Amino acid sequence: MSSVDAHVVVLGAGHAGGTLVALLRQYGFDGPITLVGDEPIAPYQRPPLSKAWLKGEADADSLALKPLEFYAENQIDFRPGVAAVKLKRSDKVVELSDGSSLSYDILVIATGMRPNRLPVPGAELAGVLSLRTAADAEQLKAHLKPGAHLAIIGGGYIGLEVAASARALGAEATVIEREPRILARSACEALSTFFADYHRARGVKFELGAGVDSLTGADGKVTGVKLSDGRTIPAEVVLVGVGGKPNDELAAEAGLETARGVVVDLEARTSDPSIFAIGDVSHRPMPHYDRMFGPESVPSALEQAKQVACAITGRPAPTPEVPWNWSDQYDLKLQIAGLPFDADKILIRGDPASGKFAIFHLKGDLIQSVEAVNAPPEYMMGRQLIGNRKPVNLDKLADPSISMKEVAA
Amino acid sequence: MAKITYIENNGTEHVIDVKPGLTVMEGAVKNNIPGIDADCGGACACATCHVYVDEAWKDKTGTSSAMEESMLDFAENVEPNSRLSCQIKVTEELDGLIVRMPESQH
Repeated sequence: MSSVDAHVVVLGAGHAGGTLVALLRQYGFDGPITLVGDEPIAPYQRPPLSKAWLKGEADADSLALKPLEFYAENQIDFRPGVAAVKLKRSDKVVELSDGSSLSYDILVIATGMRPNRLPVPGAELAGVLSLRTAADAEQLKAHLKPGAHLAIIGGGYIGLEVAASARALGAEATVIEREPRILARSACEALSTFFADYHRARGVKFELGAGVDSLTGADGKVTGVKLSDGRTIPAEVVLVGVGGKPNDELAAEAGLETARGVVVDLEARTSDPSIFAIGDVSHRPMPHYDRMFGPESVPSALEQAKQVACAITGRPAPTPEVPWNWSDQYDLKLQIAGLPFDADKILIRGDPASGKFAIFHLKGDLIQSVEAVNAPPEYMMGRQLIGNRKPVNLDKLADPSISMKEVAA
Repeated sequence: MAKITYIENNGTEHVIDVKPGLTVMEGAVKNNIPGIDADCGGACACATCHVYVDEAWKDKTGTSSAMEESMLDFAENVEPNSRLSCQIKVTEELDGLIVRMPESQH
């Protein structure tokens, strides 16, 4: 592809878009770059918003991917506070919310996801928050004072991380989950049980298998969460963490192929060869699992930013990475490698009661994924074994007295 | 400020003034130095900010935590002077530090 002087327009200044523009310069691309983002600030890391940042252990400077000067110094035309409203592929033009328009040679859609709203009465009350942006986190932080009552609707990783941070700040936290267990969508039962017990021991309350009827309020402010069984959980602040939806409407309206996100190939290219899509907005191939998926993770966004930077600058495509993710709660570090697709067996290595163990999801004698709690060797070696598709001896894997190096040998 | 020299695997040197309080990883990433990926942003969760600390600076950069050691134990191309650069806090004491990057972080 002859793209040396091409104008690259990146829509979305999140982790994916911000990383891509920096990589393009790092890889020697010296054509014009425009980065358009609807948030008022430069690209930053989202993972700390529910953890270190919420607890006051990180500031705005440390969240920023690059200092603000970086963009001007590197001839990147960064336009904060602006969203793309229409894509005209036939003219290679994007119309923006400020009335202006941009012509592109290469377009990268990195518009991310937005949190799902709760479809119940009272969802519009003040104090009902979601957590996606730094501005969201700022609002949440202002409420998390000692003794404050936080209700978290949705027992996923964001909800649990916020519960842990809230406890560290001295606030009360109740997690309300529709399914009979937390992490129902993303983790196996053993891990759900472990995390629920760990949180309970640190004062977090759980309402499991609980439907939300409505949010109660007074003077426009939320006062509690009314459950379907009639009880009300009092709360001055409610965090809704019930998943999100890719911001793929712009792409869909322009006729690009979408399927819960913009469909891309292993170069992150869409059905239009001049347009890429990366990060949470994309629906991508998972080469280790022979299927398409939207991992909704930072590592996946970074991998795709590399794929696009390589494609634009003519570098060889990077080797596909094993998907991974992590979560920090209290003194627990959960590291997940792979995805539990097609697994037919679960093997637990180590004793969950010790706070240090790993859950392997197996397809025969192949590791499909591993969830490792305070267990870096299991994570690191598991990730390698998922990548190289090497069968393992399950008896050895189940025996924590046999080192992971020996298991993998 | 502490002057830190980052040396890419191909020998390219980058000399950067890094503010004390940041980590050696952040000094590289915020200045767009190639060779340190830092996918997890400094949570000691990914081992993609691996560096070799120049022998003369090994003591001043301190020792690894159990978590860091355990991650490094399973990373590729590890040497006795390997560290995860997100776990080295920059102080005035580290003015002059030299770190080298491995061939790959993935």
